Order: sequence, then structure tokens, then C-alpha cells
Amino acid sequence: MSLQKPLMRGMLGKRLRFHLPIAFSLSLLAAIAFKYAVTEPRKQAYADFYKQYDATKEFNAMREAGIFESVRPSEE
Amino acid sequence: MLRLTAERMGSLLARRAAMPLATSSARMASHGHEVATTVDMSKPLYYDRKDTPLPDRAYKDVLDTADKGLKQKEKGPWGQLSKEEKIALYRIMFCQTYAEMKQPSDEWKTVMGGIFILLGLTGLIVWWQSIYVYPERPRTFDEEWKAKQLKRMLDMRINPVEGFSAKWDYEKGQWK
Repeated sequence: MSLQKPLMRGMLGKRLRFHLPIAFSLSLLAAIAFKYAVTEPRKQAYADFYKQYDATKEFNAMREAGIFESVRPSEE
Repeated sequence: MLRLTAERMGSLLARRAAMPLATSSARMASHGHEVATTVDMSKPLYYDRKDTPLPDRAYKDVLDTADKGLKQKEKGPWGQLSKEEKIALYRIMFCQTYAEMKQPSDEWKTVMGGIFILLGLTGLIVWWQSIYVYPERPRTFDEEWKAKQLKRMLDMRINPVEGFSAKWDYEKGQWK
């Protein structure tokens, strides 16, 4: 019985031609998914937070809570 | 209390020491060809391995006259060899067939048993340590302290955008 001659060369090239496009496209997909699932919502959250942010009001609330050492709560 | 624990550990150690001796003697009984003399590691060795098929030397390297005759016959046409002769030639070259190597054994039971026994022993040791070795519990773990810590974190507005203080409703004074 005569066997077929086995594959002697070009195995790495064949593997790369198959796996590299898949690897690159999956990585790109992962990056795009991260951008739209994580970074965009985070940017929006920060934008929304600072739209209605009153720094003085927050400062006074923190001052009254007594967490600062430079300004004590306004003794009435 | 200390003496009682030592006694318990002593009996556990006796059981643990007896077990590997029992299993190793069982394994030795199944290996009939194991030699007690030292092996010359500078020469090619024989091994039965599923992942590496062809060992560095034949299994039987000192052949008696019958085997020598068989090896001579092997130099001729193989069609003239009988089935028993072919099998005998195989057994000269190899100790175990792949089927024999792949046979399942009960070793996993010993391994798992040993793992659990030692885990249990470790657990006992850790328990003893928690009573006799650990220092005094820091006051920062008291419920009252932790409540004051939480209130201070909210007052400081820790992570107000997406994290800690973002989940607290400052108007209503409760979690969102």
C-alpha cells in the first residue's frame, strides 16, 4: 500500500495565513467594543456630572460635614 | 488544650505516613522488572511514554540465544515471520504497548485523598493559629468604626461621578 507524501513545508505560512487575519480582526473588534461599551459611557457620565455641578455648594456641604482641617464648619 | 491538639496531629501524621508506604508497595508489586541497582544516566535509556513514541534504546539489550536467532531471521523477508515471532520481536523492542500504557489506574484516588487530607490538616493548623497566634483584632473592624468610616467617605465625596458617592442620594440621605 502506498501512502500519500506528507506535508513537508510551508506549515507555518499556512497557519499564519489562516490565523493572523482572525487575530487582527478579533483584536480590532475587542478595541471597538471596549470603546463603545466603556469609554463612551464614561465620557458621557463625566459630562453629565459636571453639567449640573455647583462647586461652591459642594464645598459648603463638605465643610459642614467637618472633613476639612483648613476651614471648620461655620459655627452658628 | 495544646497537648490534645498535638495528640490529634500525631494520629493524623501516622495515618498520612502509612498511606504513601502502602500505595508505593502496591506500585512496586506491579512493576516486576524494576532493578535496585543504579542506572547509568550517561547512556541511552529506555522509557515508556505516551507523548514520545520511540525510546533511545530497545527494551531488551542483552539478548539470549533464542532472541539472537530471531533477530537474525528479522534480517530476511518479514513475510516469513510468524505472528508469534513478530510479537516477540516487538516485545524485544518495547516493554508496554500503547494500549497498555493508556490503561487507566486508580492513582487519582490516592492523589485526591492526599490533597484533601493535607487540606484538612492545614485547616486545623490555621484554626489553631487563629486562636493562639493572631494578634489583637484592630479597632478599625468594629461595626461602629466602619459606620463612621462610611459616613466620612460619603462626606468627602469619594468617587462622585461613577463610583462610591455616585450611588448615594445626598438629598434623601439613602442609597440610590
